[in-house]
Amino acid sequence: MRREVPLIITAACGFIFIIQFFIPHPPLNRIQDVFNDWVNIIAGFAIVLGILNLLRVNLNKMSKKSKGWPYALFTILGLLAYVVIGLAFSGGRSFQNPGTAFYWVYINLFFPLNSTMFALLAFFVASASYRAFRARNKEATLLLIAATILMLGRVPLGEYLSGWLPSGWRLADLSDWIMDFPQTAGQRAIMMGIALGIISTSLRIILGIERTYLGGD
Amino acid sequence: MKKILVSSFLFLAAGLIQAQVPAPPTDVKAYDTPDDAGNSISIEWVMSADDKEGVVTGYEILRSESPQGEYTRVGDAPRGTNSYIDSGPQNGKDYFYKIRALSAAGPSDSEPSAAVQTKAQWFKRNRVNGLVALLLLSGGILYFIRKARSGKEIYIRKIAGIEAVEEAVGRATEMGRKIVFIPGIQDMDNMQTIAGITILGHVARKAAEYEAKLEVPVSRALVMVACREITKQAFTAAGRPDAYKDDMVYYITDDQFGYTAALDGLFVREKPAAIFMQGAFFAESLILAETGNYIGAIQIAGTAQPSQLPFFVAACDYTLIGEELFAASAYLSKDVKLLGSLKGQDVGKFLMMAAILVGVILTSLGVYDLSRIFTVR
Amino acid sequence: MDFWQKLLAVDRRVIFALVAVAIIIPFFLNFPIKITVSPPVNAVYDYIEKLPTGSLVMISCDYDPPSAPELQPMTETMLKHFFLKDLKVIILGLWPQGSVQANIALEVVMRDPILKAKNLKYGVDYVNLGFTAGNEFVIIRMGTDIHAAFPVDFNGTKIAELPLMQNVRNFNNIAFVFNVSAGYPGTYEWVIFGVDRYRFKLGAGNTAVQAPLVSPYVQSGQLIGLLGGMRGAAEYEEVSHYFGKAMGFMRSQTFSHAVVIFFIIVGNLAYFMTRGKRT
Repeated sequence: MRREVPLIITAACGFIFIIQFFIPHPPLNRIQDVFNDWVNIIAGFAIVLGILNLLRVNLNKMSKKSKGWPYALFTILGLLAYVVIGLAFSGGRSFQNPGTAFYWVYINLFFPLNSTMFALLAFFVASASYRAFRARNKEATLLLIAATILMLGRVPLGEYLSGWLPSGWRLADLSDWIMDFPQTAGQRAIMMGIALGIISTSLRIILGIERTYLGGD
Repeated sequence: MKKILVSSFLFLAAGLIQAQVPAPPTDVKAYDTPDDAGNSISIEWVMSADDKEGVVTGYEILRSESPQGEYTRVGDAPRGTNSYIDSGPQNGKDYFYKIRALSAAGPSDSEPSAAVQTKAQWFKRNRVNGLVALLLLSGGILYFIRKARSGKEIYIRKIAGIEAVEEAVGRATEMGRKIVFIPGIQDMDNMQTIAGITILGHVARKAAEYEAKLEVPVSRALVMVACREITKQAFTAAGRPDAYKDDMVYYITDDQFGYTAALDGLFVREKPAAIFMQGAFFAESLILAETGNYIGAIQIAGTAQPSQLPFFVAACDYTLIGEELFAASAYLSKDVKLLGSLKGQDVGKFLMMAAILVGVILTSLGVYDLSRIFTVR
Repeated sequence: MDFWQKLLAVDRRVIFALVAVAIIIPFFLNFPIKITVSPPVNAVYDYIEKLPTGSLVMISCDYDPPSAPELQPMTETMLKHFFLKDLKVIILGLWPQGSVQANIALEVVMRDPILKAKNLKYGVDYVNLGFTAGNEFVIIRMGTDIHAAFPVDFNGTKIAELPLMQNVRNFNNIAFVFNVSAGYPGTYEWVIFGVDRYRFKLGAGNTAVQAPLVSPYVQSGQLIGLLGGMRGAAEYEEVSHYFGKAMGFMRSQTFSHAVVIFFIIVGNLAYFMTRGKRT
C-alpha cells in the first residue's frame, strides 16, 4: 500500500489535469485554482520543516565544533535576527514598507548581498570566456567569432568601430541577426526537445512506469 | 459695447453648435464566449463614426435583462476599440447589450443587441489540435514501451554525461572526498526537479555501493523531503541502509543567491571530488560551475533551461542538454520500458520536423493560413 | 614554462582584477556614448506615446535584488514615462520582492522636479497591489477579476476602497501591461497565460540572459516590444530622453566587454603559440 497509494494519487491527479485542459465545464474549470491553493499551503508549511532542519543541522555543527562551525553560528544569528526584526520591530502587517526596520535591513544588507552575488557573474563570465573561447576546431571557432560579434555589438564600442559600415552590416546589426535567427532557431529546437522530454517523463510518472521519484525502482 | 455683446453671443453659439453628441456605435453583436466555463459574453460593435481624438473619449458597455429595461454599466473600453468580454452574466439567462459612446458633449447609445445567453461548454474546440498531438505522441511513446517489453533490442545513442556518472563516483571514492548533488533551485512542481531527483536515486545507489560520501544540499523543503526518501531507498537497495544518515540531505534557503553563496562556501571549504548539478538552474549556474571548476571537481550538469546551458557547457566536464536530463533516468536504470519511451519521443521529433518542413514550404509559397492549426489557445 | 604557457595558465584573479578596474574606472569618467535604438525598444516607446491621457497601464515587477542592477533602471524609466504621459499606473509583483523593488523605484522617480510638481496621489494616480502567491495562476485570476487576485494593496488597504481601482475589473480595462522580469514567473507566463487568453497588449523588459528566450514572441506579435538587459534600458533612456542610470552603466559594460575580448584574443594567441609544443 505504501507504494500503491501514491501511484494511484499521481495517476488520478495526472489524468484530471490532462482532462481539465480540454474540458472547461464546471467543476473542472476550478480544479487548477484549487490545487494551486493547496500547493501554496503545503509549500508554506514545508518552509517550517526546512527552517527546523536548518536550525538542527547548524546547531549540530556548532555543538560538535565541526569544520566551518562559525559559519553555522552566523547563519543562525542571521535567521533569528531577521525574524525578530520583521515580527517585533516593523509595524505588523506593513513590515515591508519604507521606514520600517525590516525595510532598512532589506535595503542595507539583503539587497547589497544579493546584488554582490549576482555581480560575481561578471568576473566568472570573464574567466569562463578566457578558458572556453579557444579556436580548437571549426565549431569552437564559429562560437568564438559569434561571441566576439555579440559582445561588441551590444555595447557602444561596436557602434564606434563599425559605424562607417553600411546599415545592416554594422556590429549591432550582425549581433541582432545572430540573436534573431541562429540563436532563436537553436533555442526553439532545444525547447522542442525539452517539451517532448517533459511529455514523456510525465506520461511515465502518471502511468507509474517511472517510480524512482518515490524512492525505489 | 453692443459689438462686444454680439461677438460674445456668436462665439458662445459657435461653441455650442460644435459640441454635438457623437454618432452612436452600431451593429452591436453579443455572443456566448466560446470554449469556456460560461459566465462570459463577448461583445463586438462598429465604432462610432466620430471615434477620434477630441470627440469620443471612450465607450461604456451597458447590460440589461430585457431590451427596453434598465441598462447598467458593466465595463469600459478605451477609444479605438470595438470589443469587450463581460465576465459577470449568469448562465442560462437572456441578456441585451448597448454600447455608449462617451464625449464631452454627452453620451450616445447604440441600438440594443439581440438576446444572448451564456453557457459552459464541454470541450475547448480551439484545443483539438493539442488533443490530436497529445494522442499521437502518447500513442507513439506507449507503442514503443510495449515493443520494448516484448524483448526487442532498442538502439539508444550514448550520452557522455551519463556514461561518466560511474567515473565521477569512483573518483570521489578514490580521493576520499565528497560527492555533492544539487537538484536545482526549483520546487517539486517543476519537471526538471523531478528529473534531477530521479538521477539522484541512481547516483545515491552508486555512492552507497562504492562507499563514497554523499551530500545533497537543497533549496526547497519539499525537495528535501523527497530527496531524503530517495536517498534512503537507494542506500537500502544497495544493501547499505546503515550508511544512510538524514543529515546527508539538508535544507539551506529558498533564496537563490543565499543558496549559491552557501554552495560556493561548501565547494571551496570541502573541495568535493564530484559535483552533480541536475535540475532547474538560473543565474547561479555559472557561479556554481566556475567555482566547481576552480576546485578541480569533476562536474556533470544537466538542465532544461536553455539560457543556462551555455554556461554549463563552458564550465563543466559533461552537460546533459535539455531532453537528455529527462532521458538520464532511463539510461541509468537500463529499464526496457523507460528506454522504449525514449524511442517514442523520437516519433514526436519526427512529426515536428515534418511539420516544420511542410510549414517552411507553405510559408515560402505564401500560404499562411495553415499555420493556424498549430496554434493552441 | 615560457611566456605563452604562463599566459595560458594565468591566475584567474588577474582576470578578475582587470575586469574590476574596467568596471570601476568609467564611474569617474563622463564621456558621451552612442546608442542606436533597436526596433523592439522603439515599438514599446511608440505604443506608450500613442496611449490617450488617463489610460490605465500596469507594470509587473517580477524580479528581486540580484537582478535589480539590470532591471531597476528600466523600471524607473518606464514609471517616469507613464507619469509624464499622465497615465494611471497599477504596480504589482509576481515575485515577493518585486513590489518592494517597485516602491524603491517610485522613491527615486518621485524625486524628479517635474513629477513633484504634478503632485501625484497614491490611490488616485497610482497604486501598488503588492505580491500574491500563485505565479501564473495570478495572471489567470486577474483575467477575470483583479480584485480577487489582489484583495488588498501593498499597505493592506482593500483595493475596492482605492479610487483608481474602483472601475477596474480585469485586463479589459488595462490599455497596456509592461512586465519587468528576471526569470520565473515572468514574461513567458505573461505571454502564455495572459496575452494568449485575454488578448491585452504586453511589452517586456528582461535580463540580458532571459531576453533571447522571449524574443521569438516579439517576432510572433505576442509582445509589442522588448527591452533586453542593460542595453535595452539604455536604449529606452535614449529614445525617451529620460536619462537615468542605464546610460552610465553602459560605460562600464563597454569597458568590461573590451577587457573580456582582449583576454579572449590573448588566450587564443597563447593557445596557438603553445599548440606545437603540446602536440
